[in-house]
Amino acid sequence: MAVVNWLKRHFVVIAGLVTLAYLLLPNVVVTVFSFNRPKGRFNYEWQEFSTDAWRDPCGVSGLCGSLSVSLQIALWATLGATLLGTLIAFALVRYRFRARGAINSLIFLPMAMPEVVMAASLLTLFLNMGAQLGFWTILIAHIMFCLSFVVTAVKARVMSMDPRLEQAAQDLYAGPVQTFLRVTLPIAAPGIAAGALLAFALSFDDFIITNFNAGSTVTFPMFVWGSAQRGTPVQINVIGTAMFVIAVLFVLASMAVGNRRKKQKA
Amino acid sequence: MATLTEAPPPLTPAAPEKKAKPPRRRGRLVPYWLLLPGILWLLVFFALPMVYQASTSVQTGSLEEGYKVTWHFATYWDALSEYYPQFLRSVLYAGSATILCLLLGYPLAYLIAFRAGRWRNLIMILVIAPFFTSFLIRTLAWKTILADGGPVVGALNTLHVLDVTSWLGMTQGDRVLATPLAVVCGLTYNFLPFMILPLYTSLERIDPRLHEAANDLYARPVTTFRRVTFPLSMPGVVSGTLLTFIPATGDYVNADLLGSTDTRMVGNVIQSQFLRILDYPTAAALSFILMAAILVMVTVYIRRSGTEDLV
Repeated sequence: MAVVNWLKRHFVVIAGLVTLAYLLLPNVVVTVFSFNRPKGRFNYEWQEFSTDAWRDPCGVSGLCGSLSVSLQIALWATLGATLLGTLIAFALVRYRFRARGAINSLIFLPMAMPEVVMAASLLTLFLNMGAQLGFWTILIAHIMFCLSFVVTAVKARVMSMDPRLEQAAQDLYAGPVQTFLRVTLPIAAPGIAAGALLAFALSFDDFIITNFNAGSTVTFPMFVWGSAQRGTPVQINVIGTAMFVIAVLFVLASMAVGNRRKKQKA
Repeated sequence: MATLTEAPPPLTPAAPEKKAKPPRRRGRLVPYWLLLPGILWLLVFFALPMVYQASTSVQTGSLEEGYKVTWHFATYWDALSEYYPQFLRSVLYAGSATILCLLLGYPLAYLIAFRAGRWRNLIMILVIAPFFTSFLIRTLAWKTILADGGPVVGALNTLHVLDVTSWLGMTQGDRVLATPLAVVCGLTYNFLPFMILPLYTSLERIDPRLHEAANDLYARPVTTFRRVTFPLSMPGVVSGTLLTFIPATGDYVNADLLGSTDTRMVGNVIQSQFLRILDYPTAAALSFILMAAILVMVTVYIRRSGTEDLV
């Protein structure tokens, strides 16, 4: 009876931890199998421990090339989407104008549309225009679907800003440009950074839209997809594990910096 | 969320030769200039493609001779009658995955919001961190986890879970891989964070004193959850289910990597029609039907959950 009561009392904690385990299990498998030496072409069964793949992460032809393509596209897409998205977010929060509702739904719709629909329709556009599929069509597509997420992130931040801060700046004789650069932009910066990070992650990991519009260009997700058909090299797991570790370290570091700032202020 | 308490950088007094504000008339155009590049991008690369797709879906012709708009609406009928099993499967799999995400995600979101204490940030990081490993690699890991004769399948067999799922038609024999169950499992896994984050946001806003009040009024924990917590978390439930269901319906990655030819979803059909068979009108029609179906389902769902809120 005691056990049942204990289970009842801690039901939420147990169920929550089970879900967390479900979420993290694949990452554990990816990490463990980055130390595998598979027998065949596929890395799905454990054979023996080896650090070969870690010592030679670019040992598979095309892997590191695809990684660099993905990084380039993600960087440019982040830059483009963040710039365009921030401008839209400021316009939406700060100004009254006509066609507001239409513009809001134009920004909302790409987020509420299955990727495959956007991917397919964009491909019909490119085919009709006779565009050469490749780096540029991928970049165009990525800026398109990242844009809405940046707008949402920046908008939330700018909306929660006290407009009196800008009025105060103007009362102190700051011109519009100076007010924007020295007051508005620094306050909006965390929102812009969040939007940019989200855009980078979305672009770097995008598969469906890229698969439709890539032509013969191979991004990292497309390389993984191809290898799922032909044979999965261990190096894929190495890259996956490294990305996970870098991301976690990055988040922990930024949290530590944030905590120290808070303490300094206090 | 200390938005307003963060001090803005110190303001330096403006240079004395500062000019007066620009005249109003120029100011009125400012929002349009800010909107122009981004909105133009969305119009050309999001809205215009939809028009092209609509036009492609009513064209006839062939790859060699080119396509012409002939208002051939029969393509829609043919596509539906040929591929309705894939449509039904998409809705079924995505629906099951959404329900599973809600059942799995709710306790974790609740745990982070109310019970995690100083572990809150760490658990949050662990929920988001998998995102940074390519989702294709993580989905491939399920091939290892659900491998035939592996520990997971063995455990499910011993617990007679597979008997139940076989009876439901979700698995065949003692295999999990290449069955609907594997696809639903992969979909659930892939979209779970999209359920947890909105749930957490709406749970976190709930005043914990409401729980105490319910407790003081002799509500048992289950009643408190049913009458207080759950209704207040409805916005999170609605947006979480939408964020899970919509992308899951159009997904073809899980069905391809973890399923078999019997688990093909509508996304798989659109993909192969577009990229392999090159039957553009059928592919465009299928994609259009998918979009329309989702828009209708989402609208009805939002309406219904909205009225339930009012009751």
